[in-house]
Amino acid sequence: MSANHRIRPPADGGGDGGARIDIAGLTKRYLTPKGETFTAIRDVSLTVEPGQFCSIVGPTGCGKSTTLAQVSGLEKPSAGSVKVGSHLVDGITNGVSYMFQADALFPWKSVLSNVMMGPILLGTPKREATELARDWLRRVGLAGFEDRYPHQLSGGMRKRVAMAAALINNPRILLMDEPFGALDVQTKAIMQNELLKLWEELRPSVLFITHDLDEAVALSDRVVIMTSSPGSVKDVFDIDLPRPRGNVQQIRHEERFLELQGQIWESLKDEVTRAYARTAGAA
Amino acid sequence: MTTLTHGEARGGAPKGSAPKTEQPAAASAAKARSAAQRRKVWIWVGRIALAVVIIGGWQLCTNVKPDGKHPLVDPFFFGMPTQIWDALVALFSNTEDASFGSIWENIWVTGQEAILGFLLGTCVGIVLGLLLGSNRYLSSVVGPYIRIVNSIPRIILGSIFIVAFGLGTFPKVLLAAVLVFFVVFFNAFQGVREVDQNLVANVRVLGASPFQVAIHVTIPSAMTWIIASLHTAFGFAIIGALVAEVLGAQQGLGLIISQAQGKFDPDTVFACMIIIAVITLLAEFLIGLLEHSLLKWRPPNKSEAQTI
Ligand SMILES: Nc1ncnc2c1ncn2[C@@H]1O[C@H](COP(=O)(O)OP(=O)(O)O)[C@@H](O)[C@H]1O
Ligand SMILES: [Mg+2]
Repeated sequence: MSANHRIRPPADGGGDGGARIDIAGLTKRYLTPKGETFTAIRDVSLTVEPGQFCSIVGPTGCGKSTTLAQVSGLEKPSAGSVKVGSHLVDGITNGVSYMFQADALFPWKSVLSNVMMGPILLGTPKREATELARDWLRRVGLAGFEDRYPHQLSGGMRKRVAMAAALINNPRILLMDEPFGALDVQTKAIMQNELLKLWEELRPSVLFITHDLDEAVALSDRVVIMTSSPGSVKDVFDIDLPRPRGNVQQIRHEERFLELQGQIWESLKDEVTRAYARTAGAA
Repeated sequence: MTTLTHGEARGGAPKGSAPKTEQPAAASAAKARSAAQRRKVWIWVGRIALAVVIIGGWQLCTNVKPDGKHPLVDPFFFGMPTQIWDALVALFSNTEDASFGSIWENIWVTGQEAILGFLLGTCVGIVLGLLLGSNRYLSSVVGPYIRIVNSIPRIILGSIFIVAFGLGTFPKVLLAAVLVFFVVFFNAFQGVREVDQNLVANVRVLGASPFQVAIHVTIPSAMTWIIASLHTAFGFAIIGALVAEVLGAQQGLGLIISQAQGKFDPDTVFACMIIIAVITLLAEFLIGLLEHSLLKWRPPNKSEAQTI
């Protein structure tokens, strides 16, 4: 497993990019504390082309995070399969990076050491890893902050560190679970532009969870709508806005953008209402 | 009391509390600094006054005889500050009644027992805490036994150790270690349980082996809990050593205390108490230094809140 778990050379705009993700009939059941089974997702099937940016939207609790956990190999599906490239996911998938809403930085490590973790875990010599991490901190605009601790940074800066840490291994797949959900609107826009820029350089396949439709349309090639719990794929929209997208704040006002966003909202609306009615009814 | 600690927290932060007003930054900073300094002076005035009132009052009460015969507080039972001081001086200058060596020797014996017990208990506590904390099967198997042992009153354990291992150093070290162990163990265990699962998921996805997860995530994050327990743990180490010495010893502060008690000599007991307090404060200071260097990544206000 560790044999092909190696850092690929940093892509310089070449976009040797991502791996294809094939999710087929994916079902995940959990055992509740009462001993009953709870179906979190049912029969989810979707495909992310190599190097594609795919967003997943859906009501809270519909199983978006669960889907990502199966793709990463952190959990095992109850039924169905996930294929990355030509490999069936069984155990931790190679070449995957994860980015969470709560930034998973090591509070006891400096910014530089945080970013270095990826290469270090793959057995890269320390000096090389340091070089690479410095380079990545420059790329996300944090040169000069190497020795700070995470608590000494702003929320946006911490996100940049997390982004550098996620991208430093040049992953084939980038899994992002509401990564910018906790940011203020301005910082969020900056981070989205930053992400698009880096994604265009490295071209990993991205699975991006969000509940912000603007964000989903502005960033993605494809938007997947999930039904309310137990989640399955309701609709798939291909976003035909031209690339590079440029500034996400400007694209928001284009006619085609608004049209797509309207269609997606139309599809999502029922699910959100249904999910809300269910929780409200249960309460 | 709250305002006092509040003032100390502010005074203790030399560069932290920046001036709130913008305008002449330097002037207002200087003003804030001098205010902080003044607050600090007043805190110390208060502290010294409090000590004078308590110790002076004690001395006074042992001297005042309302009915002309019996003092308000009988120094025969409760000691008297001046006599305690004399006892302290006697302890340090006394070499003629050297049935169990000089005071320095006894301090060394007790200190050694406490330190060895502290190290032993801490090491075993950390190792077992980390192991059981990260392995559900092990913790299910061993957990009940640890709880059983934990429920045994320590003084009985002390008796058993003395009976089994004699009057030497070893049973004292052992009792100190047992006391320390439980404090450190439960903290290490809890520390492992509180590890941020996002962080674990993150490194696992990046390809970390279980060993690497332990090295990079579990242990450093449990460290905060472990170090917090060390302050209490050293106090327990001293208690363990002393109790075991009182139960049976040939040397040590505990022995001096139990002999003074036998001779109805509260002043010497109080004198020993002062010596022990000094030792504990010293150890506390050293552990504080260790804490500071190991946890320097933490936001400062947190550790400051802990020192209050
Ligand atoms: N480990 C688990 N055990 C039991 N239930 C879980 C577990 N993880 C998630 N769930 C349940 O599965 C459903 C989907 O969760 P999740 O994937 O986190 O939703 P979201 O779409 O908001 O990310 C939720 O109802 C949640 O309570
Ligand atoms: Mg979620």
